[in-house]
Amino acid sequence: MQVEAYVGEEMVLNMGPQHPSTHGVLRLELETDGEIVKKVVPHIGYLHRCFEKHAENVDYPGVVPYTDRMDYVASMNNSFGYALAVERLMRIEVNERVKTLRVIMAELNRIASHLLAVATYGMDIGTFTPFLHCFIEREKVLDLFEWTCGARLLYNYNWVGGVSHDIPEGFVDKARQFLREFEPVLKELNELLSYNKIFIKRTAAVGILSVDVALSYNVTGPNLRGSGVKWDLRKDEPYSGYEKYDFEVAVGDGRFGPIGSCWDRYYVRVWEMAESIKILHQALDRLPEGDVQEKVPKKVKPQKGETYGRSEAPRGELGYYIVSDGTGNPYRIKVKSPCFTVLSALPAMAKGALIADIIAILGSIDIVLGEIDR
Amino acid sequence: MKQYFKDIFESVWTILLGMKVTIKHFMGRNKTLQYPSEKWNLPERSRMRLFNKIEDCIGCGQCVRACPVDCIYMTTEKRGKDELPIYASDGTPIKLRVPQFDIDMSLCCYCNLCTYPCPTHCLLMTREYEFAVYSKQEFLYRFAKDKPLAPPKPAHHAAHAAPGP
Amino acid sequence: MDAIFSWLSSGIPAYARLPELLQHLIPMVLACLICLVAALLFVLMANWGERKIAAHMQDRLGPMRVGGWHGWAQPLADGVKLLLKEDIIPAEADRLLFRVAPVLVFVGGFAAFAVIPFTSSFIAADLNIGILYAVAITALGVVGIIMAGWSSNNKYALYGGMRAAAQIVSYEIPAVLAILTVIIHVGSLSMQEIVQAQRGGVWNWFLFRNPFTFLAFFVYFLASLAEVNRTPFDIPEAESELVAGYHTEYSGMRFAFFYLAEYANMLLVSCIATTLFLGGWTGLLSKPLLPGVILFMTKALFLVFVQMWLRWTLPRLRVDQLLHMCWKVLLPIAFVLVMGSGILALK
Repeated sequence: MQVEAYVGEEMVLNMGPQHPSTHGVLRLELETDGEIVKKVVPHIGYLHRCFEKHAENVDYPGVVPYTDRMDYVASMNNSFGYALAVERLMRIEVNERVKTLRVIMAELNRIASHLLAVATYGMDIGTFTPFLHCFIEREKVLDLFEWTCGARLLYNYNWVGGVSHDIPEGFVDKARQFLREFEPVLKELNELLSYNKIFIKRTAAVGILSVDVALSYNVTGPNLRGSGVKWDLRKDEPYSGYEKYDFEVAVGDGRFGPIGSCWDRYYVRVWEMAESIKILHQALDRLPEGDVQEKVPKKVKPQKGETYGRSEAPRGELGYYIVSDGTGNPYRIKVKSPCFTVLSALPAMAKGALIADIIAILGSIDIVLGEIDR
Repeated sequence: MKQYFKDIFESVWTILLGMKVTIKHFMGRNKTLQYPSEKWNLPERSRMRLFNKIEDCIGCGQCVRACPVDCIYMTTEKRGKDELPIYASDGTPIKLRVPQFDIDMSLCCYCNLCTYPCPTHCLLMTREYEFAVYSKQEFLYRFAKDKPLAPPKPAHHAAHAAPGP
Repeated sequence: MDAIFSWLSSGIPAYARLPELLQHLIPMVLACLICLVAALLFVLMANWGERKIAAHMQDRLGPMRVGGWHGWAQPLADGVKLLLKEDIIPAEADRLLFRVAPVLVFVGGFAAFAVIPFTSSFIAADLNIGILYAVAITALGVVGIIMAGWSSNNKYALYGGMRAAAQIVSYEIPAVLAILTVIIHVGSLSMQEIVQAQRGGVWNWFLFRNPFTFLAFFVYFLASLAEVNRTPFDIPEAESELVAGYHTEYSGMRFAFFYLAEYANMLLVSCIATTLFLGGWTGLLSKPLLPGVILFMTKALFLVFVQMWLRWTLPRLRVDQLLHMCWKVLLPIAFVLVMGSGILALK
């Protein structure tokens, strides 16, 4: 009885939709007791743009620009997955050059996407400088993309049966130069942010995502690998010739605390960038000759049927379930979004954390609301 | 106790490391481009504003069908039998008049899908990117030069017909 | 103040004929004005400087357009903008407290400049308890911050205010203990006497006098960072968590007051650290080559630069880690330093 007298009222704090660090338009309903958060309820849907309905009303090539706009910081990987799924539906096998080009673009895009994730994560923890240091490098990747296909963010590059442009002359050298310049930046980032004691203190024992919880929520990608599970579609279910590349799967090792913490998830991304550099070097070495548009069909009309294609996007397993009724427009497209599953695991991760930890956790799962709401 | 002092030492050491990085950048060169006075040289393939060379347009409507956001509005009319035959610059005969060829750049998603099917390559994306305007209507670019013979029929996509002049 | 008084009475013959109250009041007001104007000028300069420092640490340029040379007039333009902005008070706010809070924060920061000895003669008020006054009057700022947080009727502002209360009150203790290590050696609370005790070259500065005062400098510097809410201790206004903390609801000139107070406080704690540990207006050698005010400001501005440097390097601590650091790290160290310093002073 007496204890109850001292239990205060809980305060409901609305974090978002306008908030500096909800990574888009997300609203978190926090039930707080002082600084301690008792309960988190994410509210989504502010960025809903009817992707799936739109896709039913445009033809197959017309869906590609829409897929770009789902996870707008990793557009190459989105259209990559879509192109793979439709090609499987149409039983098209693209040539080696297209495959390698797609891998190059996807890995460059992965670097750009992870740079953004790492940079904004630094900002969530309260330091601004790594943000701009990362963005300088990201700009270089975007320059390479703009040079290749003319757009900096939404590329419309991976078409069904090919890619929109072959790489321009001198691209290989430019890309190699970027990779050479990028490696020291990663080292610098580690000095400035990753191994900073304050940063470690803020992230290492926070937001533990245990393997059981991660698997039961179907968390994929770097978030799952941060919990120590070696699951990467590029290794476990290779597509587009990934089996030929020699790279390691980055997993969290719990170096500074329990495994599956925010720091582990963060560091998996840093590590993956280093692995992407390895893949890129190999891909640039082996780039075979060929026509990048030889299989692009004039009219994309898959036969009746359905397929599920998945690929490893920077945020996890991105799946497209496509039903075709034999016409030029897809009958139904359903997207399995990696961000959505990991956001649904947020309440489990954030229970009993402090308000500052909520931000740290939310930043470490690296969600893009454009993909969750679609 | 040992951990306590180790923590303090590590904190100080990593903070000094971080300060080293920032001071290095402080002394180093900046990478800003002072935009209106210095400009980034756009690569050849840059996809910015759409442009239609209307003299070469044969009015086939493939771009309208390709556009995933329906931002191209086109109406065509048959050319009269008594009119002189005209040809596009690559020799394709032009059999249709194009009294309306409007592109709403505020809807355009810059995907470039409309330019690929164009048989005479008259529709293309230019490198022009500074086209901010004061009202949304000004984003409607009208390329057509032919005067309509009959009063204009409803646009191809009647649902989002172009706003009036 | 006495210098102004003697200068006025000797320079203007009619001055002695004024009523006695006015004779003393005018120099007082003048001294206040000089301090205020100097501090405001510093704030404008520091605002510009911080943007430039931040920008260059991030490979940017910062403001480059207003005023021509490297955008030097940017803070002026911002000041004008803030003055002209609509003054918004939330409908549910406590209007009186909401209006008083920024003034209180501002006054707390600026009033402490009265006891800063810029040179051997230029000091607005050479109180014999100068350092105590400075510590006490800066503590006024926290009242204003809590007021702002409470009166805004905004949950984020409330969190900011509560965090500020916990943080600033806690960090006063190690700061005062660090000051105490110096006071033990000087035997006086007067700012001028503290500086006088450090005359005779760089080895006489308390920073290098003995290991205890050496460490006390760092303890004081860290604690003062926390007192003025600078990164890594800026949790009361933690942007990524609390939007803008206690001044979330403030706009226009009232917001500018918080801003001015923050920069004035930065200079203030740097000035106090300079006075206590870096020899104040004394030079590196026993014979001063430069005017005292230049030496003083050079040292103080260097410390301000270090504050900015830290801000643009470090992430932010969490509220429990912040208090952990205060009570379990800085406070025990400060106690040891006071004891050691006391033993050395015994001899």
